[in-house]
Amino acid sequence: MTLLQVEGLKVDINADDAPMPILKGLDLEVKPGEVHAIMGPNGSGKSTLANVLAGRPGYRVTQGSIRLDGDSLLDLAPEERAQRGLFLAFQYPVEIPGVSNMEFLKASLDSLAKARGEQQPAAAAVIGEARELANSLDLDPSFLKRGVNEGFSGGEKKRNEIMQLLLLKPKLAVLDETDSGLDIDALQTVSEGVNRFRREDRGVVLITHYQRLLEHIVPDYVHVLAEGRIIQSGDKDLALELEAKGYAWLT
Amino acid sequence: MTMSTVDELVEAGNDYQAGFITDVESETLPPGLDEEVVRFISQKKGEPDWLTTWRLEALQGWQAMQEPKWAHVHYPPIDFQAISYYSAPKSQQEGPKSLDEVDPEILRTYEKLGIPLHEQAALAGVVNPDADAGRQVAVDVVFDSVSITTTFKSRLKEAGVIFCPISEAVHSHPELVQKYLGSVISKQDNFYAALNSAVFSDGSFVYIPKGVRCPMELSTYFRINERNTGQFERTLIIADEGSHVSYLEGCTAPMRDENQLHAAVVELVALGDAEIKYSTVQNWYPGDADGKGGIYNFVTKRGLCAGPRSKISWTQVETGSAITWKYPSVVLRGDHSVGEFYSVALTNNRQQADTGTKMIHMGKHTKSTIVSKGISAGNSENCYRGLVRVSPTAAHARNFTQCDSLLIGDTCGAHTFPYIENKNNSATLEHEASTSKVSDDQLFACQQRGIDTEKAVGMIVNGFCKEVFRELPMEFAVEAGKLLEVSLEGAVG
Ligand SMILES: Nc1ncnc2c1ncn2[C@@H]1O[C@H](COP(=O)(O)OP(=O)(O)O)[C@@H](O)[C@H]1O
Ligand SMILES: [Mg+2]
Repeated sequence: MTLLQVEGLKVDINADDAPMPILKGLDLEVKPGEVHAIMGPNGSGKSTLANVLAGRPGYRVTQGSIRLDGDSLLDLAPEERAQRGLFLAFQYPVEIPGVSNMEFLKASLDSLAKARGEQQPAAAAVIGEARELANSLDLDPSFLKRGVNEGFSGGEKKRNEIMQLLLLKPKLAVLDETDSGLDIDALQTVSEGVNRFRREDRGVVLITHYQRLLEHIVPDYVHVLAEGRIIQSGDKDLALELEAKGYAWLT
Repeated sequence: MTMSTVDELVEAGNDYQAGFITDVESETLPPGLDEEVVRFISQKKGEPDWLTTWRLEALQGWQAMQEPKWAHVHYPPIDFQAISYYSAPKSQQEGPKSLDEVDPEILRTYEKLGIPLHEQAALAGVVNPDADAGRQVAVDVVFDSVSITTTFKSRLKEAGVIFCPISEAVHSHPELVQKYLGSVISKQDNFYAALNSAVFSDGSFVYIPKGVRCPMELSTYFRINERNTGQFERTLIIADEGSHVSYLEGCTAPMRDENQLHAAVVELVALGDAEIKYSTVQNWYPGDADGKGGIYNFVTKRGLCAGPRSKISWTQVETGSAITWKYPSVVLRGDHSVGEFYSVALTNNRQQADTGTKMIHMGKHTKSTIVSKGISAGNSENCYRGLVRVSPTAAHARNFTQCDSLLIGDTCGAHTFPYIENKNNSATLEHEASTSKVSDDQLFACQQRGIDTEKAVGMIVNGFCKEVFRELPMEFAVEAGKLLEVSLEGAVG
């Protein structure tokens, strides 16, 4: 069974009131247990893909389909997609002042549990797990009390995304340039987090610019996104080739 | 963490929850206001001559006054002769009774509203089940123009605390009432205060004797039921030297298409070293989404820190009313006295709020704090108006003011009018202000974690109000959080 199936996806963006095509027929298939890296030049549409998967407003799907576990996501609200197990780690995590990380995590877990007809987790258990995760990601436990991403450094914001990933345990994680702006140590920590998330029943779409992340998180497949399509797919060696030659030889 | 309450809310549906009408037979005066009406009300309550005269003087003053027009609110002219100035359930004509004698229909009203009139019950519906189960709140309930019942009277009496309807205090403690009534807000203070002084119906009276810490929270619950009646309650709280009291006030009204007038007066007096904490959760009917109906909430509230080191703290959560015009203030007369104002004012749909405070520094080393959180959604208008006045006598006075506005959507308005009059250059005055917006990115970030937009907005708004909610007694903090969320339903697409 396929976890994520994207077929012939065409997406417009509403730029200055005139629709501008960004994705022009994209196919992607992720099976449970697999990690797919998506690489590509700046502005090639990687974030667009991530956002469209998550149902962010501002994009228009003009053709094609997106299925998670066989069900179409296109008519679902963003929270419904999340409730079905899709997680997006944001390229630019937003600050939510006044709402503590802990409160946010609990609200998230409660909403997910409720939508799935499961029992809401006990607050004490959530706090315990969150503390442990914060610790493993080198986040000071006091972060849990602070506003969501409020005053966090770039690296802290990214680590916070991974912490949410590990706590919420989705089926499919889409990580949008989680490695950008991280120093070597932080990259190591974040990668360990992602590797911890990997499991035979979970999938990962790893959007990145840099081959170095793939030394830590070894992907099953590497795809090159350019001009709105996947123009090349291969295994981890493709990333090395891209590192050596750049993207120009492909386009 | 109050997250579980959020779910209840979302399930609770999207209407004003307190909007039902109680079917009781009432004795209601025909509309109109003149000397006869004032005499009727005074006579109905068997008041002494001095009070009748006091009311009549207030009426004369009112007749010579103009409605204030300076607030940032808009509404068609009010016909004060089309309002009835007295309404009471027939069953209550002999004044407050024991619970057994109260009309069951009225008891059910309070049951539905979650206000327990039986002393063994905690403040259900307003209560956090995790809170100390032994914690009790004494309640005075005012239904239209009369007080229905007051709970825990005997427990309070043992402590020397007087907590009763003001109509009763006029008879049982005339010396206190005569001494303090109108002592903070004179009977001709302003148009609505004068109107209230002429026709005030009922409300609560509290006296805490010297050195006594009131053994429980006191609260009054106001309910407007009858059509076309105004509610003009009057509350008077006196904290004698070294005493302490925390008082809560809640209010609701049925949904009706016409606007109804509520013009209350609340006077607080804190003598030396005394402390009064006054909390309000105001949830009068706000009108429908198109601005039809709702309460006009034109209220005068003022506290006097009469003695040294006294403290008066106002905390308000204003979510209801079509129009709110309200400036709970503190006159800091005693040296080293402290005044506080913590406010959350939320407007949605077509609501208008013009609210804030006045801190009048007269004594030396007086200190005031103002924290105002305005939330505007829909097509509403939300305005903070505050005055900090430092008199020449108020050496070393300090004020800190923080005014924050949060906008939800593009069609609402937020305005801030901070006035400062400083006549003493040893004063320290600080002012901070901010305006922020709930962004689409924030909402999407919440949605991506499974949280729907309504809940997300509720969470963001609750976070924005934290500093004020912290000041509320626990039960009210929970209630207030819920109310905000209900009031915001439909605020985001
Ligand atoms: N909100 C927007 N308005 C207009 N153009 C946009 C917007 N977001 C992205 N774009 C454009 O869409 C293209 C793809 O962007 P994006 O998906 O962010 O690329 P990537 O993540 O691969 O760098 C770029 O040309 C970018 O300028
Ligand atoms: Mg991008």
